[in-house]
Amino acid sequence: MSVTYLEAIREAQAHALRDDPRVFIYGQDVGAFGGAFKATKNLASEFPGRVLDSPISEDAIMGLAVGAAIEGMRPIVEMQFADFSTVGFNQIVNQAATLFWRTNVPCPITVRLPFGGTSGSGPFHSQCMETVYAHYPGLIVLTPATVEDAYSMLLEAVAIDDPVIFCEHKFLYYHLKAERLPSEALPVGKARIAREGRDMTIVAYSAMVHEALEAAKELTPEGWEVEVVDLRSVKPIDTDTVMASVARTGRLLCVGEAWSWGGATAEIIARVVTEGYGLLDAPPQRLNAKDTPVPYHPNLWAAHRPTARAIAAAARKLLRL
Amino acid sequence: MLQTVLEPGTAENAALFRETYLAAYRFMLLARLLDDKFAALWRSGRIHGGVFLGRGQEALSAATGVSLKKGDVFAPLIRDAAGRLAFGETVRDAARTYLGSALGPMRGRDGNVHRGKPREGYLPMISHLGAMISVVNGILLAHRFKKISGTVGVASIGDGATSTGAFHEALNQAAVEKLPLVLVVADNQYAYSTPTARQFACRDLADKAPGYGVEVDSVDGTDLSACLKSIGQAVAHARAGRGPRLVIATLLRLCGHGEHDDAGYIDPQLKTSPIGRDCLKVAEEHLVRQKWADATTLATWRSEVTHEIEEAIAQVQREPAPDPFAEEWRAISSRHLSETHADNEVDPA
Ligand SMILES: Cc1ncc(C[n+]2csc(CCOP(=O)(O)OP(=O)(O)O)c2C)c(N)n1
Ligand SMILES: [Mg+2]
Repeated sequence: MSVTYLEAIREAQAHALRDDPRVFIYGQDVGAFGGAFKATKNLASEFPGRVLDSPISEDAIMGLAVGAAIEGMRPIVEMQFADFSTVGFNQIVNQAATLFWRTNVPCPITVRLPFGGTSGSGPFHSQCMETVYAHYPGLIVLTPATVEDAYSMLLEAVAIDDPVIFCEHKFLYYHLKAERLPSEALPVGKARIAREGRDMTIVAYSAMVHEALEAAKELTPEGWEVEVVDLRSVKPIDTDTVMASVARTGRLLCVGEAWSWGGATAEIIARVVTEGYGLLDAPPQRLNAKDTPVPYHPNLWAAHRPTARAIAAAARKLLRL
Repeated sequence: MLQTVLEPGTAENAALFRETYLAAYRFMLLARLLDDKFAALWRSGRIHGGVFLGRGQEALSAATGVSLKKGDVFAPLIRDAAGRLAFGETVRDAARTYLGSALGPMRGRDGNVHRGKPREGYLPMISHLGAMISVVNGILLAHRFKKISGTVGVASIGDGATSTGAFHEALNQAAVEKLPLVLVVADNQYAYSTPTARQFACRDLADKAPGYGVEVDSVDGTDLSACLKSIGQAVAHARAGRGPRLVIATLLRLCGHGEHDDAGYIDPQLKTSPIGRDCLKVAEEHLVRQKWADATTLATWRSEVTHEIEEAIAQVQREPAPDPFAEEWRAISSRHLSETHADNEVDPA
């Protein structure tokens, strides 16, 4: 028996629907069809009336979720691709994200965003939206990198009383497999040491954790022991775990698939420099996608986003500083 | 041009209609066989990402393309191979975008159906549905500012995309500004897997138009003659300065949403109903019935078109792919305002 990242997401939703009558799923093609990626496969028949196909109306999808949340429901919204959440952006950042602060009424919504690049997907089916949403007060932004986290963090997302932007990486959907679903897990808000090391720390999240682990492996024969921190959530950031790792290694490289400007990697570096300047033996570095839309052609795409090779090269440079 | 064609009676008009019909049919055939070729290339792993066909929608799309002329604006969508070709796109440029040639209009930066030449009035769609309509409005308004008269803009849209806010905002906008917009809805009964019953509750999509003060026409999207007349009239109407029009074409998507999709969800009864007719066959029957072509001519055209496609694809396959080292990674035109800072440039593979 093995379970993929995608199946874990399906299972978590089945679990949530089973356990909590307040949960329902809303999104394009999520019903009988089971969603564009099959993340809601069979859920419509297992839970009649609770998995609803929406019109192609992202703004209204999000507005409806806010209304239902006010009434005590726990909507799970699937955006067909993270990129299309921009059409529902107003409702997410101005309605869902401000409700609790303005009225003391919580807004428990889980917005599932299939995100990130896959070869040949081009500028409108590849975007990373995590740092955009993290910028707004009132949202929690999760970026699971493993099958186990995809499952446990999605369950936790549904239980959280606030709007959660759940970033599920499309590249990991089928690639990533685990033996079984987890019975316990780190809570949301805690980062994880994905690999221990003494010479430098790479902080990454989502698909980039796997590229970072590859890079760390590549550097082992050269005598370097690289520690990899899987952030797990981009908001909140577990600054303590990052700081403790940098305290051990003295060197920091942050890797993100999103664009760099004002991004999660910038945020981590800002925190480490302001709070832990003395821990650093070299200037902290970061590696992000290039500052252009995500290109279609695989040759361009491979050069646009950080890969294990590019991470290893950046790490070597930092190790020599 | 077409408005005269639509008034039968004179021999001249009849001849003109025949000529337009034949031209449109030729684009339908070209689009169908080109789509088939892309599907085959995709199955053999030569195309990255998705392939989206216009099978069953060629009559409507070709009618749109042939109704426009140079200087007009066209914002096609995913099922518009025929209309794109009729509007002047070459088979080569279509293939270059699917195959990611560096020599194509999108230079490998964007792919498949996301292609166009904005300065030539051929708009490159973004994926976000409904987003192109107001852009057409903007071009038409700019024409007004620039005192360019007599141009028309057409935007294509699907039944599903009529649920976007963008659709409603743009239709209202065109009506308020009385822009020469023709908004063509291909109601192919499904938006991916979602049937129209889960998309809207109005009896007929045409009912949406009066609320915005927009004229509307409904047409059988499987019938090329009907499409030529309906779109031709809407275009003539807009060209004459009489404001926007919505055209609702009823038809059926005769393929998956993309080639990855077996479309098992399509109601079999729809497939055998009149809207499930294959518009290409319907057009061929019409050609034969009118004695505008016989079986031999049709076969000759088919082999000519096949040859044209094979030649173009073979050439494009020899063209260079984009080179990440030569690529200029810059997203703004103001070179002097580009970010010069890069902490750790991703090293091209
Ligand atoms: C704003 C937005 N939301 C979701 C999508 C994903 N999507 C792509 S095509 C499609 C279905 C479109 O259906 P329709 O408008 O009927 O056009 P058809 O594919 O039938 O030609 C969906 C939901 C999108 N492209 N844009
Ligand atoms: Mg449709």
